[in-house]
This record gives sequence, structure tokens and C-alpha cells, in this order.
Amino acid sequence: MVKEIERAGIHVVHICTVVPISLTVGANRIVPAIAIPYPLGNPSLDMEGEKEIRRRILNKSLEALGTEITGQTVFE
Amino acid sequence: MSKFRVVHYINQFFANVGGEEMADYKPELREGIVGPGIAFNAGFKDEAEIVATVICGDSYFNENLETAKKEVLDMISSCKPDMVICGPAFNAGRYGVACGTVAAAVIEKLNIPALTGMFIENPGADMFKTKVHIVSTKNSAAGMRDAVKIMVPLALKLAKGEEIKSSKQEGYLPNGIRVNFFEEKRGAERAVDMLVAKLEGKPFTTEFPMPDFDRVEPAKALKDINNAKIALVTSGGIVPKGNPDHIESSSASKYGKYSIANVTDLVEGEYETAHGGYDPVYSNKDPDRVLPVDVLREFEKEGKIGKLHDYFYSTVGNGTAVKNAKKYASEIAKELLADGVNAVILTST
Amino acid sequence: MKLELGYIYIEDIQFGPESKVEKKTLYVNKDELISMLLEDQNLKSVSVDIAKPGESVRITPVKDVIEPRVKVSGKGNIFPGTLAKVECVGSGRTNVLKGAAVVTTGKIVGFQEGIIDMSGKGAEYTPFSKLNNLVIICEPKDEISPYAHEKALRMVGLKSAVYLGELGRGIEPDEIEVFETISIKEGIEKYPGLPRVGYVLMLQSQGLLHDTYVYGVDMKQSLTTIINPTELMDGAIISGNCVSACDKNTTYHHLNNPVIHELFKKHGTELNFVCVIITNENVYLADKERSSDWSSKLAELLGLDGVIISQEGFGNPDTDLIMNCKKIEAKGIKTVIITDEYAGRDGSSQSLADADVSANAVITGGNANQVVVLGPMDKIIGHVEVVNTVAGGFDGSLREDGSIEVELQAITGATNEMGFNKLSAR
Repeated sequence: MVKEIERAGIHVVHICTVVPISLTVGANRIVPAIAIPYPLGNPSLDMEGEKEIRRRILNKSLEALGTEITGQTVFE
Repeated sequence: MSKFRVVHYINQFFANVGGEEMADYKPELREGIVGPGIAFNAGFKDEAEIVATVICGDSYFNENLETAKKEVLDMISSCKPDMVICGPAFNAGRYGVACGTVAAAVIEKLNIPALTGMFIENPGADMFKTKVHIVSTKNSAAGMRDAVKIMVPLALKLAKGEEIKSSKQEGYLPNGIRVNFFEEKRGAERAVDMLVAKLEGKPFTTEFPMPDFDRVEPAKALKDINNAKIALVTSGGIVPKGNPDHIESSSASKYGKYSIANVTDLVEGEYETAHGGYDPVYSNKDPDRVLPVDVLREFEKEGKIGKLHDYFYSTVGNGTAVKNAKKYASEIAKELLADGVNAVILTST
Repeated sequence: MKLELGYIYIEDIQFGPESKVEKKTLYVNKDELISMLLEDQNLKSVSVDIAKPGESVRITPVKDVIEPRVKVSGKGNIFPGTLAKVECVGSGRTNVLKGAAVVTTGKIVGFQEGIIDMSGKGAEYTPFSKLNNLVIICEPKDEISPYAHEKALRMVGLKSAVYLGELGRGIEPDEIEVFETISIKEGIEKYPGLPRVGYVLMLQSQGLLHDTYVYGVDMKQSLTTIINPTELMDGAIISGNCVSACDKNTTYHHLNNPVIHELFKKHGTELNFVCVIITNENVYLADKERSSDWSSKLAELLGLDGVIISQEGFGNPDTDLIMNCKKIEAKGIKTVIITDEYAGRDGSSQSLADADVSANAVITGGNANQVVVLGPMDKIIGHVEVVNTVAGGFDGSLREDGSIEVELQAITGATNEMGFNKLSAR
């Protein structure tokens, strides 16, 4: 899906847990997520802690969108 | 001659431990045969025997990859097997990755032959097909009987160290190693047959798949993020409560488009997941864990992004054919372009 | 254009006082043939030998293989423009000594002549192990240039084939097969519902002893053009090249082009076989672009729905193959390409030098890098020491016991890219 969106000329960042799959399917800007059932959260933390995680991942995603790359890149 | 000792690796589902709610199940070593092992063991006749089965939850394995791999490997090696069979995983993505990981590690670390099976579109297939023989299976457990028929003789060959013939003859997924063999018909006749099929729009299989060129040039950096219109897309199946479009939990035949124009936070009871491939409890409790509307609204207010697009798009990645996913994505992209969206954040589970 | 091929089956070959065909046996008067061949000023010596299926015989280095044919009726003669005068062939009746062939050998010309084993493992890979072969061994004069050497060998092969073919002139064939192509207009009227199919035949034309001749014209100097399939059956196209033995199209292959034969089998029932487009494989990029532009243009002009593209050789011709495929597909015409692979001895390397997503229907003749060990033979015709230097061989290929370890590349016709064989790879 990522590839088709990028092909259409829209900037895209892929947030996902299983990074190798994302690499295989051909995403260019990849941000690792937390876990499969909660990519952008962590139920063991409180609401604010979880939000902090989301902010971090989304900030990273915006950074990825704003970074020039030449090939597939994982933004750790 | 004594029988080959075989260890079988399966997930929580095939071990009858439970479904998604048990996907965090930690590795367990059981003596003897469990679940699909019965069919394999019957196929082995006098030549081999499943001595133990290792069971592990798919989520546990994928989320704790290094630890899980080590635990599973230790259990396998403690049984001193001659051969390891993983799965088959059919089209279950995380199970496929687990089977591929275990089989590859068994070959590399334990120096024991290993074999797995999965559907060609399973992400594990692409990841591991060059490291381990992966028998090509159907996309669901309905293909178990066929899979066993191909996997048993191939497993025995691997255990005996016999020569492995071409992927077409043995039934494993093409692994990049080209092996010569004699076809039934000469090349020119096969060429004419293939052309006739292609002209009639019937399926045909190329004898040499072109190397994977399906890569997209990375887009340039998005310059003006502060003014950019950003849309959310997910393959995690987040939908309004009740799943109004009836998106399937697996092998989705459609995607949904939902307004979040006045929504600042996705809350329990209003949104849920339609995805059948992972434990839904967490995302139902707080759908922002998959589709982070709450934080993006914050960013919007702070001026970090220009605007969050009024609609989000959602489908279920689980077991969905690649070509369908491609189709949905290009339709979605077309709409997004028309709506003036600059960038997409795509989340997957 | 309609051509009848009269097959006279040959099941044995022998030397005798009179050259003739009698009861499926081909008798050859050795001295008569040799004295005719020695008329060539460039040759120091010529000798002939016989190699039959199943014998413990190895022939190397093999230059060309040619099937004996004779024109019984219709215009022109076999090998127009090279041996016979230029006249359009491909109609009337041609008799064929089916099961016999002329094989040329002698001091190696280039690095790329091959091996034919008449028995054992090597015999499985070459189609010529199944034929009753008359082997012509030519040694050139010392001062001769490689070009003159190649030409002398080429002409010796063709002359010998015509000499043998002539023996079939008055013989009643065991079987007759008829091939007919009709004009574009008639084809459209007669087969309105059938897909229009063409065949893009790529001919090796790299110079430096890698050439193919069409009615005597060196193909590297020709633009892409069209030809009737039956013209090939009368020797309109002949091989003059020394590319790797496994995937060079010998003159035998051109006479018996398998794509043409398979297309004729479905002609009028599943498809309408329109004609053959012949194109070259030159060394300059501009030539490659021009020739592939031309083949796609002709395919479009002919109103084709689909084409089969066959390659000759490997390496830079992979680019010609992909250009042809890509440009023809871009016209909305479906393609199937036939090639072979150089995937390394372990089969794990990239098989082709070029590739494109539009090449989604590929037939492969197998991996030419596969190593085979060919057991020792009782008799060698030619010069076996060349196996250390031919393409596909390596220093030490020839072992002390007479066995040889080579890549399939060194076996004549092993991975043919017209789809002549059953060998394939996955």
C-alpha cells in the first residue's frame, strides 16, 4: 500500500512493528512501532505515558517525511 | 535403519492453545505429536518420526524476536533432531515470519536441515525463501493435506542429504537458485502455449521471474510540513463501531473511508478494529494506539502540521492479496491527491 | 507461399564407392566429397569421418551443423545468396535427409566452438547426438586470417550439405509436411477471429566471427526486416558465427526453426501465424535502439496481437532482447521471450544482463553455467585439447583419463534460445 501511495506522488511514511516486512514490501520511509496489537501505544503505561510514545513516533515520522533519502531508510 | 528424529514447530492456533487472545503464548516444548504433526507423521511412515513439538504464540515470537528465537532453538536442539519442520503457515503473516525465522536459524545455527511451507504472498516467504526451502501452499489451512504431500518427501530428501531438484519439480518456492531439468515439452512449444494463454488472458507462469524491480523512487523531502495537509491510512482495520462497511477480518475485499472532521480523540465504544490477525483488546480500548488521531490533533493545534485530513482510510492487511492492497492504495491515493493531501502516515499492525 | 517438405528418413550412414541413399542408409563416397571440398584454396587438408548415435565418439571443436536438403521444385536452390544464386526460396518442394547432418570441425577458429558427444551424459544435452553425422575435418593453410578461416569452414559445411542433399532428389519421401503462409489481407479475411501472431527472430551479428547471413547479406548491415517462414526451410538464413556453443543457432537450427514449426502447428486453429521479423544484435547502442525500434514498428504495422522473441547468444544481446520486448509490449502487443541463463555454477547469480518488468513471460533454455563431467570416449574427432580454452571450458577441463569437466556452455546447442530442447531451469 505504501508503495502505491508513493507512486501516486504523495509523501508517505510507514509506521509498523515488523520492519523487515515493510522493507520487503518496498516502503521507503519506515518508522518502527511498539507492538503488533498496539503499534502506537503501550497498555502498561498510563494515558499520558502512552501519548508520549505516540508523540515520539509521530515526531519521528514527521522528521522522516522531511528528510531527503536515496533508498529505503528506517528512522529508529 | 533407525527413523529420522523430527521436531515440529507450530503456533498457538494450530496447537489448539487458542486464537489471537493467546498469541502471546510463550514457547513450550511438548513430547510427541501435536495438531498437524499427525498428518506429517503418517506421511513419514517408517522413515521418520516426530519426537517433539515446539509451540509458540505468533505475537510473542515476533515481538520478542531474539529471545523467542533463542528459546525455541534451545528447545529444538535439546531434542537432538535430524530434521525440523515448521508450520506450514499458509497466509498467516506473523506465523510465516516465525516459521521462516526458526527454520533459517535451525539450518544456520544448529546445522540441521529444516523445511517450512507457506502461501506465496506470506511476507515470510519473501523474507526467507533464499535461506530455507519453503513449500508453496494454499492460502488457508484447507491446503494442509496438499502441503503435507509435498513437504513429506522433500523433508525426507533433505534429511537424507539427497540432491534437491528444481523448485518446479519439488514444489518449493523459487529461491533464486536456478536448477536445470528437462521439461516434458520443448521450449518453442512451451513458448507458443504461453503466448496463446497470454493472448487469451489466461494464467501462465513465467519460467524466469524478472528480478524484483517493483521499487518506487523515494519522494523528495516534504519541505513545508508546518503547512502540510496530512492524512491517516491504516491496514490495522480501525473502523467506526459496528464496522458499517463490513470490512472482512481477513483477506479484505474492500477498504473504508471515514470522517474524523470533528473528532479529536478516538475513544472506546465509538471506534474499534475489524482486523482478525491480532489481539483486538488494546486497539478497541484505545483506537489511537493504531490510528493516532489524538496526538495529530495536538500537532495541528501546535502548528507542527498544517491540517489533519478530514477523512481516514482503513482496511485489514491480514491475509489480503497483494494485488488487492495495491488496488485499494491506488484508489485511495487518487482521492487524496484530489483532496490536496500532501503526505500520508500509514500505520500497520 | 506454400512449401512441401519431403522427409527421407536416414537411419544409418556409411562410406561406400558410390554416394547414394538406399533403404534409409546414406552412403558417402569419401574421395569424391573430399576432392570437391579441396577446391577451396584456403584449405590445407580435408578429411571426413562418421559419428552415429550411441557411439563412444566425441566431436570437438564443432563449428556448425547443417541438415542436407535439396530443392526438388519451386524457385531457387538451397542456401540462396551464399551457395546458390539469389532467388526467393520457400515455395514448391524440398526434400530433406531427416536424421542426417553435416558437422564441421578442425583447428579452432575462435574460442567458442563446441562439443558433441554421441553417447553418455553429454549426449543428453545436444540434439545432434541423435543424428547420423558426417563430420568434415578441415585444416586451414597456415597464413590464413581468422575471417578467411571461418568463411572457408562455413562454405565447406554448406557445400557438403548440398552434396548430400542432392542424393535425395530422386527419392520418394517417407513423409510430406506442408507449410503455407498467405498474404496479410487473405489472413485477415480467412481468420477473422484468430489472434495475429508474429515471430521476432534475433540473429547474432556482432562481427568478429559472430555473424549470420540472410540471402548472403551480413545481417549486421541490414535493418530489421520481414521474411516468410518457409524461406528459412530452404536455407535463406545461415550461421557464420562462433558464439558460445550452447546458445548459438547453427544452420541446422535455422533450417528447422522450432518456433516456426510450433507456430505452424497452431496456425489456423488457435492463432494466425503472420510472418517472421528478423532483426540483428549489433555492438553499437545506436544500432540496438534502431533495430528494436524497427522490430516494434513492424510488429505494429503488421497488426500483430502477439509475438514470440528468440535470442541468440548472451551478455549484451540480453539488452537487445529486453529492448525488443519492452518496445513491442509498449505497443500493446503481447510477448513471450525465449532466452537462456548464466546464473553461475551454483545457480545463484543474476541470470540475465538486462531485465524489465514488461518481460513477464519468459521461456528459459536452462543455466549454461551448470558444470557437467563428460566421461572419456573411445574416439575423438577433431582436437580435444581445445576444451581447456573454449567458452565453458577452463584450464584443467581435460582430465588425464580423457574425461572432461565443462559448463554446458561448451556443448553445442545445449541451451538453445529458439526453444529447440526440453532443457529448462527454475
